[in-house]
Amino acid sequence: MAKESEIKLLGTIASSYVNRVQFALNLKSINYEYIEEDLANKSKLLFTSNPVYKRVPVLIHGDKSICESQVILEYLDDIQPDSHPLLPPAPLDRANCRFWASYIDTKFFPLYDEMRRTRRQAGKEAIKEQMIEATRLLEEALIKSSNGKAYFGGDEIGFLDVMLGSCIRWMKFIDDLNDFDTFDEVRVPELGKWAKNISSHEALKSATPDKETLDVFFAGANAHRPPYDD
Amino acid sequence: MADSDVILLDLWISVFGARVRIALAEKGVKYEYREEKLDDKSPLLLEMNPVHKKIPVLIHHGKPVCESNIIVQYIDETWHANSPPLLPSDPYLRAQARFWADFVDKKIYEGAKKIWTTKGEEQEAAKKEFMDVLKVLEGQLGEKPYLVGESFGFADIAMIPFCIWFYTLNKIGNMNIEKECPKLAAWVKRCMERESVTKSLPDAHKFYELVLEMQKKKGQ
Repeated sequence: MAKESEIKLLGTIASSYVNRVQFALNLKSINYEYIEEDLANKSKLLFTSNPVYKRVPVLIHGDKSICESQVILEYLDDIQPDSHPLLPPAPLDRANCRFWASYIDTKFFPLYDEMRRTRRQAGKEAIKEQMIEATRLLEEALIKSSNGKAYFGGDEIGFLDVMLGSCIRWMKFIDDLNDFDTFDEVRVPELGKWAKNISSHEALKSATPDKETLDVFFAGANAHRPPYDD
Repeated sequence: MADSDVILLDLWISVFGARVRIALAEKGVKYEYREEKLDDKSPLLLEMNPVHKKIPVLIHHGKPVCESNIIVQYIDETWHANSPPLLPSDPYLRAQARFWADFVDKKIYEGAKKIWTTKGEEQEAAKKEFMDVLKVLEGQLGEKPYLVGESFGFADIAMIPFCIWFYTLNKIGNMNIEKECPKLAAWVKRCMERESVTKSLPDAHKFYELVLEMQKKKGQ
């Protein structure tokens, strides 16, 4: 088991990608030191440990740094394979997990920032259609991979549960501003149940800041909205 | 393994397809190659990749694997008994390999395309941005023979097919990639000593002709 001083996580409060890594660290019972970054005033440590992207999360293990949340998740599986493995053992199942992980990060989750940058209603409706299609596909994927159990990973929380579970809170924030419900249990019953279930899991809850912190963060996020695209 | 057990749906010109061809060749896996037409996709492709409807798709024992970098990892894990390993065994180096393969995915394709689909100031900006990206790879290579350490692997496989675009970029963008990035140029030469690479890459000049045709059609 890695010693606490050995592993550090550079992050920012309420970043879904940071929460993703924290969720995984919690599941694997890996002790770590959390270091909060001020993105408006990035530290020397962030620049030296992530010179390519200069962003969080960054996992620092001894003198090595690992960047990009999905890469970090696979790294954690590689260093602690026996402690709550995230990826399944069979190559085809692993490929399936990676496929949907890529879909979530390149096609689905970016829709929420796109929604935030879209002002006109027609544009918003078009994005909602894409969100509806994405959740339809993920509903199917969940049914297939869960085999009737609670999680994408089956009985245990797996890779996709961590990848998508960490996104729920930000998605809900954007949903609330746009009269939409990503995980509507009428439209996507299994995904809706899954979202409720995973949000209450201790390993994710403890990776999520408390309500007060989130309210302050979201108020700030609302006040400092990025410029509109349309 | 019999040929029909492994089928690759691909397109001769695709850099992503080339990644898979290289990986299969490195592992000595026999497979059936099927050429797809982008404007007339086969029912098999639509069935095997309903989400993206794109090549490459590897079909193994009737089951599809999609997305080139994911396919390469699948090949490494499935034929792990065949050498060479495509990913290192050390967890940190594996993370490096995944990071750089992902970097190529995020930065190279769109960055390069912008150069031959834009003109004037927009093109100049695209050229600068693309050279900055290549310089990052140049920096990562440093004195190493390959992108992540001493052996040819996942990150190299992700990037090497794009080298056939350099001829086109140099011509259309009036650039000299090899001069600006000598380490990258040396790495390309090194990779091209591998039969798996030379047999899998489409011809650079043919690609240039295709881009010119495309530009003509769009009236550029």
